[in-house]
Formats: sequence, C-alpha cells, structure tokens
Amino acid sequence: MAPSLEEPEAVQDVLANPLKQKPQLVAPEPEHCPGPESEQAGVADSCAGCPNQKICAAAPKGPDPDIPVITARLAGVRHKILILSGKGGVGKSTFTCLLAHAFATNPETTVGVMDTDICGPSIPKMLGVESETIHVSSAGWSPAWAMDNLAVMSIQFMLPNRDDAIIWRGPKKNGLIKQFLKDVEWGDLDFLLVDTPPGTSDEHLSVNTFLKESGIDGAVMVTTPQEVSLLDVRKEIDFCRKASIRILGLVENMSAFICPKCAHANEIFRATTGGGRALAVEMGIPFLGSVPLDPRIGMACDYGESFFDSFPDSPACVALKGVVRELAVQVGLDGKEIMPE
Amino acid sequence: MSLSKIKHIVLVLSGKGGVGKSSVTTQLALSLSLAGHSVGVLDVDLTGPSIPRMFGIEDAKVTQAPGGWLPITVHDADSATGIGSLRVMSLGFLLPRRGDAVVWRGPKKTAMVRQFLSDVFWDELDFLLIDTPPGTSDEHISLAETLLQKARPDQLAGAVVVTTPQAVATADVRKELNFCTKTGIKVIGVIENMSGFICPNCSECTNIFMSGGGEVMANDFGVCFLGRVPIDPQFLVLIETGKTPRYPEGTEVNGQDISTPAQEPDADGAVKETVLLVHKYQDCSLAPIFKTMTADVISAAQQTSRS
Repeated sequence: MAPSLEEPEAVQDVLANPLKQKPQLVAPEPEHCPGPESEQAGVADSCAGCPNQKICAAAPKGPDPDIPVITARLAGVRHKILILSGKGGVGKSTFTCLLAHAFATNPETTVGVMDTDICGPSIPKMLGVESETIHVSSAGWSPAWAMDNLAVMSIQFMLPNRDDAIIWRGPKKNGLIKQFLKDVEWGDLDFLLVDTPPGTSDEHLSVNTFLKESGIDGAVMVTTPQEVSLLDVRKEIDFCRKASIRILGLVENMSAFICPKCAHANEIFRATTGGGRALAVEMGIPFLGSVPLDPRIGMACDYGESFFDSFPDSPACVALKGVVRELAVQVGLDGKEIMPE
Repeated sequence: MSLSKIKHIVLVLSGKGGVGKSSVTTQLALSLSLAGHSVGVLDVDLTGPSIPRMFGIEDAKVTQAPGGWLPITVHDADSATGIGSLRVMSLGFLLPRRGDAVVWRGPKKTAMVRQFLSDVFWDELDFLLIDTPPGTSDEHISLAETLLQKARPDQLAGAVVVTTPQAVATADVRKELNFCTKTGIKVIGVIENMSGFICPNCSECTNIFMSGGGEVMANDFGVCFLGRVPIDPQFLVLIETGKTPRYPEGTEVNGQDISTPAQEPDADGAVKETVLLVHKYQDCSLAPIFKTMTADVISAAQQTSRS
C-alpha cells in the first residue's frame, strides 16, 4: 500500500481524548487506529474489520476516574508551573532547579519539583539528591528533600543502578506520571514545578490531562537564541495554545558568553532571527529575560549546588533574579517579595 | 524493501537533548559525502525535526511515488569534485506549516517510524544516517525493533553516541549506552560535542561545559572514543545563514592554524556565494575533526559488514 501523505492528526483530537487504561488488545493496533483509548475506539469507520473492534467498543468511555483523586491530592498546592521547551538541552532542568532554589530562599515557602523526564532525569543530580530513594508509607510515597523546604520526585530515585536505562513506551510513562501525582505525598506546597522532557508527546499530554482539573498556573518556555531551537519552541507554544495552557513567559537561556580572558561577549548560539525576544513579540507572549551562558551554572548543576548561593554576584545570577521576579508577577505575586534585591 | 540497497546503517543517539545529535548527523553526512560516499539522512525526531533546517531545505516538500516517498536531494553525486550524493527524509517535510506542533502519542510515532524505514525510496546508498530524538522511548524501541528485524546484520553498523562533557549530560547518555547493550545495538563510538569554545576575539579556549566527560564515559563502558568537537559559532552561522566560515588570524584547532586571510568583498559589499553547503563546510574548522571521525566510522562499518 502506498504510504499516505495525509495531514498529521489534529492536536485537538489527541487533546480531547482523555487518558485511560488501554484495553487489552488481541492484535497490534493498525496504522489508522483512532487509538484504543479514544472516544472513537471500536466505532470509527477505520475500525471495520479490525480484530480488536469488539474489545475497543466495549472498553469504558468517559473521563479518567483517577483525576478527582489527583485533584484531591494536590488540593494543598497553591501554584503549579510547567517548564516546557520543544528543544532538548536548552536548560529546562537547570532553569527548574534555579527557580526552585530561588523560591526556596524564603524559609516560609515550600517548593516541590516533579521530574517528568522519564528517560533522562536530570533534576536529582542538579539538586544533589541523586542517591535518594523513595519511602512508602500509608499516606503515600514520600518525596526526597533537597532542602528543608524543597521536595523532589523523579524516576531516578526508583532505579536500582544509577545508569540503568528506562526503556519504556508511552503508556507506561503515563502510568508513572499519574502515580507521581496521585500517590506522592506532596502536602502543602506553595509551588509545584513540573520539569518536562523535550517535545510534545505522551508526557506533556498526560501532565496536562491530569492537572487540568486542579488548575495549572501556566507554563514557562525555555529557549536558546538560535533559530534551530526557536523552531521547536514555536511548536511547543502552538501546543500550549491548543491545549489552552497559559504561557507565563519565555526565557532565553545561553544568550551570550563572556570570554573570561578578554571579556568579549560572544554570541555562541547566534540569534540570526532575533532570538527569544523577537519570538515572544511574534507570538504575543511575555518575555521574561535573557540569561547569559556562564560555565559556573553548569558546574553548580554537576555538583548539585545552588547557583544563587555559590555565585550571587555573577551577571547570570543578576539576570536570573530578574527573570524570577518577572515570573512571580505573571503568577500574580509580588516579585520583590519572592526575590529580594 | 527500501533498506535492501543500503550498505551501512548508522544511528546517531543520545540520551540527552540539545547535545548536537542533529548537527553531528549533518556533519557526518557532509563528511561522508566529501569522502565520495552516497549518503541518506533519516530524521525520526518526530516532534522536533531539525534536519531540514540544518541542510537549509525547510521549504522542500516530499514527492510521493507509487509505493513510497522520494527523499529530498540536497546535492547529487559529482565525479568532478568527488562528492557523493546526499539525500534527506524528515517529518518536517510533511508538515503543512513549520510552527505547527506534532502532538502524537506513542503508537502513532511507532507507526510513523516503521513507515519511514520501509516506505522511503533510498535507492542505492553507501550510508544511511538515522538522527533520533533524545531518550530511550517509543521512537528508539521501534527503531531498534524494526532494524533488528528488517535490516541484515551486516548492514547495521551500529550507533554513534553523542554527549556533551558535563556530568549532567553524561548521566543521561550512560542510560543510552545501556539501552544499546540491552537492545543489542553495537556502539561504534562516543563523540564529545561542545568540548571547549575558542573565543573568536582572542582565540582563548574556554571549557564552557567542561571537558573530558565523554572520554571518561567511553572508557567506563569500554567503547571507542571518536573524539572531541569544540563549539564553533562559525558552523552555526554557516547553517543559519549559509556564510562560508572565516576565522581570525591565529585560530588554532588541535594545533593546526586554520585562520583564513580576510577576503576582499565584492563590489556590492557581499561575497557572492552560490556554492553547495558541502563545499562551504570544507572551510569550517570542524571539517578536519569530522574527517578523522568519519574515517573511523567508515572502517567500523566496513568491519561489521565483512564479519
């Protein structure tokens, strides 16, 4: 059969189909399958003749019964912020950690970080809790605590060996993300930061579906200045628009590099198309600021230290503080209070 | 079977995003082409395809032929200059608008990967490079499954694993190496990308993302270390604007002076550039580094097909 050049599946269809347990199938899903968990399962035109048709048609339809459980579990969380980027390696996890450290400088504020990057979890290393494990009690799974007021949850805590590969397909990843929200004893949090993997796929759809009801404050987009990266971020913004996730703003990371010898500012990832600022204007979203490339940020991450504590006077730190303040304003808080001068 | 006429298949993998899988794939492809081999590049990063941008063919559209898709030709083989043909296939070509999100769940991605492997008319190729998204999930499982099933063992040369030097990145890439072990994909070698940055102003080398992490990891896993690639903003400029790389005097890479004498601009102020990307790439400081690494990849691939 000739391959079809049909338009890719409409995002709205995927978003409208709530996540449910996939019915047990007797044969692999055919290519034109509407999705065994979708509303159309078993009744769509393309289902005619499929050996799974009866099973799919009989599967329960309707919203996931676990969503109210998640909403109840997260009732004590005041602000939920997603950190997104279509592109990998632009600093999503780094920014998540910096943000967590920034919010946690106030001892009155409790912050939670949830790492939904199942195949490449970086948060535990960056927050210096790589060797932690999860404790299970009657109240649920207890997260690891990087600081007295900074809780962390990641798949890394569940691995027998540090370097083990997690070779999972989509549905299994969704299941774990659900458990992170349903079974983890988050308690009363001021902020829950959700770090995501690159792309617009299973993890993103799941987080959105599960958190929709309990309310997401919005998403922070991270990008680097070059067009190759902006291209993917544009797709992510499109995704947020279609999933009606509010975009709190765009952060441009790795903007310029100051040569330590001659103090010449190099644009390593050159913004040939205007960089993050131009994209923010083009898309009509707030621009939160640019953070210069500072090798010390990467070093602080490798050692699991707080960059804010280690290098408070560096230009990158000053820029980051500005970004955090801007973000606080977008969430409806007083920027100066969250991040004092 | 569209894979039957391909001599060697090389995967480009990394557990971490943004380490330069696509730029390494691009440069491997260009270097292989310069070495006279015919090359195909298959981009299976379905939610963030960068390969079309890398080759400057974003506007291209795929042609449908009976029973399959025709890849986009970047350049044809040219016996006068000794370059091999270079063809590309990516999901990016199938999207109606470049800013559109592709929101696909696993099974759909799996079907697409299978289709990409079986329904593209590559014709005769010396090398097929497969650029992958970060991680060890649907695309990778499907790719490994399909290749181990459909490709002959002598075709599947193995994987080139890309990393950056810092510990946060190698932690993820170690997982990818374990993935290769578990799925039985041979690792050709590790490339450490973004290893050092040479300031174009004072030619001082700074290790922005540290240095040496990739080599340590390769030794830990007992796999070949192919080499270090520094950050070269000129390469990015070449990709983004198509300008031939020029370097200030005194720039040295691996002890070789690669500075170019300032060129006289044309009367209208701009250097006329109508040359192919592959020829412009020859002037890039990274070209000699990739030339050596490519030679290693070629010999590894040939060894596999002989044994």
